[in-house]
Amino acid sequence: MNYIGENLLPGNIGHFFVVLSLIASIVATFGYYKSVTAKNPIDAESWKKLARFSFFAEVLSVFVIFITLFFILKNHLFEYKYAWQHTSKSLEPKFLFAAFWEGQEGSTLLWSFWHCILGLVVIFTDKKREAQVMTFISFIQVLLAAMVLGVFIGDHFIGVNPFQLLRDSNVLDKAPSMHVGFDLAQPIRADYLSLITDGNDLNPLLQNYWMTIHPPVLFLGFASTIVPFAYALAGLWTGDMKDWVKAAAPWTLFTIASLGLGIMMGSKWAYESLNFGGYWAWDPVENASLVPWLIMVAGAHTLLIFKHTGRSLKSSFIFLILAFVFIVYSTYLTKSGILGDASVHAFTDNGLNTQLFLLMYLGIWIAPFIAAKDNKTRLIVFISSMLIMFLIYFLYDKVQSIGMIGMLAGLGWFLLLLQKRIPNLQKEEESLSSREFWMFIGSLVFFLSSMIITVQTSLPVFNKIFGLNIASPENHEFAYNQIQVMVAIILGVLTAFTQYLKYKKTDTKFFINRIIIPTLVSIIIATLILKFIKINYTKEGLGFLINIWIALVAGVYAVIANGAYIWVGVKGNLKKAGGSIAHLGFGMVIVGILLSSGKKEVLSVNTSGISVEFNEKSKETTGENLTLVEGFPTAMGNYKVTYLGDSTHPTKKTLNYFKIHFKSDKEDFTLYPNSFVNYKGNNELMSNPDARHYWNKDVFTYITSIYNSDQVEDTTKFTVHNKKIGDSIFYSKGFIILDKIIAKDNLPGDNFNKTDSGFNATLRVKTLLGPSYDSELLTIKSGKKVMYNSIDTVFSQGLILTMQNISNGNAEIGIKETDKIMKYVTLKAYVFPYINILWIGVILTVLGTLISMIHRMRTQKS
Amino acid sequence: MKKIHIILLVLIAVTIAVLISFLQTTTTYDTVATALSKPGKYVHLMAKWDKSEPLEYDALKNPNYLAFTAVDSLGGKIRVVYKNPKPENFELSERLVMKGKYNAGNEKFECDNIQTKCPSKYKDEDPSKHVGPMPETATAASKPIELNQNATNSTK
Repeated sequence: MNYIGENLLPGNIGHFFVVLSLIASIVATFGYYKSVTAKNPIDAESWKKLARFSFFAEVLSVFVIFITLFFILKNHLFEYKYAWQHTSKSLEPKFLFAAFWEGQEGSTLLWSFWHCILGLVVIFTDKKREAQVMTFISFIQVLLAAMVLGVFIGDHFIGVNPFQLLRDSNVLDKAPSMHVGFDLAQPIRADYLSLITDGNDLNPLLQNYWMTIHPPVLFLGFASTIVPFAYALAGLWTGDMKDWVKAAAPWTLFTIASLGLGIMMGSKWAYESLNFGGYWAWDPVENASLVPWLIMVAGAHTLLIFKHTGRSLKSSFIFLILAFVFIVYSTYLTKSGILGDASVHAFTDNGLNTQLFLLMYLGIWIAPFIAAKDNKTRLIVFISSMLIMFLIYFLYDKVQSIGMIGMLAGLGWFLLLLQKRIPNLQKEEESLSSREFWMFIGSLVFFLSSMIITVQTSLPVFNKIFGLNIASPENHEFAYNQIQVMVAIILGVLTAFTQYLKYKKTDTKFFINRIIIPTLVSIIIATLILKFIKINYTKEGLGFLINIWIALVAGVYAVIANGAYIWVGVKGNLKKAGGSIAHLGFGMVIVGILLSSGKKEVLSVNTSGISVEFNEKSKETTGENLTLVEGFPTAMGNYKVTYLGDSTHPTKKTLNYFKIHFKSDKEDFTLYPNSFVNYKGNNELMSNPDARHYWNKDVFTYITSIYNSDQVEDTTKFTVHNKKIGDSIFYSKGFIILDKIIAKDNLPGDNFNKTDSGFNATLRVKTLLGPSYDSELLTIKSGKKVMYNSIDTVFSQGLILTMQNISNGNAEIGIKETDKIMKYVTLKAYVFPYINILWIGVILTVLGTLISMIHRMRTQKS
Repeated sequence: MKKIHIILLVLIAVTIAVLISFLQTTTTYDTVATALSKPGKYVHLMAKWDKSEPLEYDALKNPNYLAFTAVDSLGGKIRVVYKNPKPENFELSERLVMKGKYNAGNEKFECDNIQTKCPSKYKDEDPSKHVGPMPETATAASKPIELNQNATNSTK
């Protein structure tokens, strides 16, 4: 059938290059492999030329695929499923890239794209090891290309084609109007495309500039882990155990910088959109990308130890290879759908689990294959891996754990071979006064911390393969925090003093002379912070709070000692101070995390959960949401907050901005949090916060619920009356008597001090036409400051009442009277103090790592 | 034995101890029936919102009180109380993961966290919502939107 209006050319071009990229990467892998194994240098050279040519063809293909898919998205060619699924005509052009990597196919392409760029860098910078390193990069590229292939072989399909047509997908299967005669059994109508007026759109929560820049940086980090992995394997392959380290060291630093930056950009995004209540929620998807970073940091440090002392070679191999293996594991976790019930932002299963499994399986088994010392062992490894794979294929339905066993077998074999290849050093024992001793401990702590996080994150995997039923603990975040705070203490202290030690052996006097001043200064500063800024995070008990305090001291120690080392150690030469700058940044990250999370404050504390009468219900916790009626000031922390009204985005009709005014003794400002209201006709709210930034804190607010938007404008004003007991206030339909006021101290609930007191006013609303109503108003004061005032409504009278303040029996009663239903919003507001220390720390860590990388590249050349 | 080996063993022992104690704090995924059978125990209840039963939420009375009925795939029903406004994607969600405890006293499931599993987030939505104004699909697209069930039931 000929379908009307389709533009099939881009899809055909795109898919042609998808197939070409697969073939080219297969040829490149084979060519590079032959080039390494060729006995004759002339053969090696010609294989290398072929392989390089194929790799260039692959790079070209990936570029063309990228441009073609982008063209399809940009022009909203809805005949293609990807364009329909991820864009709409109203999508702002600046979010087209975000739409590109919203889907699994696009994110796989992004990964593959970075492999191409990194491969080119390797080809042009390291001719000597090109063939070995590129063998592995090309090999992984084969597996990635297969993920977007979209070809059927019998009943099995390989990969999901990003250029799939909408009519070939199952999207139209449920739409009778798209079929001839409105019959689902009939083929799709020739003019179906004219019926598709708009696309599914990019999820509004992802319509954010961070979605444009965070995935590319994160995937650059993801992709770059393959280079140290490839160098390590290349070292084992050629048998030159030392040579590869020089070339790999800058790459490990590059990976740390890019992956770390990518992760923390995601963190900044989470913080700004506040959907998870902060910058880090220990969500499995976050953890999955943190784990390889931790392992890579361990690997970078052991490489340094090896370079200076000849020790820790074996651990370097293990760390660099595991970092990549865990990148692949993280891909499996996020893309297989296994995290469905555990994570808020994992992809759902799109049928590629077998391929994801293969990617992991082969990514692991290539390590023992290469580590084998001769061709015979290599053949045995190869045959075993294939046998186990068949076993897994046939037994998987019965014994699900066999997949994991198969992979662990590969890893175990690799460790055995490594043991054979690298004999244990029979050197004298490291001195406790040596830098390498403590560096190694630090690396080990990094690695073990990553393994703990891996086990904690992998509960859904254990459930699947062992048929268990375990879910994360009641206090999910604390389960991680209580362990990682210990890690922070150890790492903070190690980061502080290790640089002051010399490799091999340090003179004690020399060491103490240099470190004494930074140590004393740190103790003083940390004490001052604890005394004046104070962290009183009592939620998890005193033990945890003390750990937080110790960790803060350790973090401050890391900052000061490394800051001092820039002068003491490298005499202010910033080119050589990369390590110190990165460590200083890392210390700031620790301090920033502890201060901002330990002192995070909910402004919108709602005591209505306590109930007006302080009765037996008062055990209930206070809520974090507060309702504001339009034009009605409400106490919130140090602020009086008023909802002033709202406005709609000029082009996106479902996007509403809410005008929230904050006023305190010192300042006043207005925030504009926004929400998509009834997006796509669903009775839903999708909210984005607005924040006011200060140098030392951020004030955030976002909308959690709103009034009925169909209602008419409400123009009546709010008035305040100063009254004593027995006084009355007139309103249009009657009068209100202030009946009684009861004061009460020692309020129940964690949020109150002993000096706080509650005032409960009873108002009698007498209507002219008959019935009277009682209204209970609660005001809580701390000294002279109003902490909270409840709002009561008398709907039939259109009355909203509150007690704004009370002193010496004088109550300030606020009244708003309206015929129309009122406008109100419910919101949450937070204060995050000292959050900028964290962000500056991240920037310094990344910068320091990059400075160190450039320094290593320079010294390597000279 | 070298010092480094002793430290290595200690660190690994600590890691294993930490993991064992972690595994003891883990909870379970439950259906309504199994959650009912262990009152006071923290569980992950897997069910979805039963739209036939009333949803209570009145932001003016108490913005931190949402009550609705959840029904699981086995047909078990339970009243759920959540001390927050309606979570994002609640209405679209095909499945809810509700973390909390069954309170035998008031026969309600009291949860402190609801994770919504939204089909539209990463998967396709029902395509008929996005096609043109065809007779069959028009009904689906212009489904009456119930706004704020709460505003009406709070008259005094």
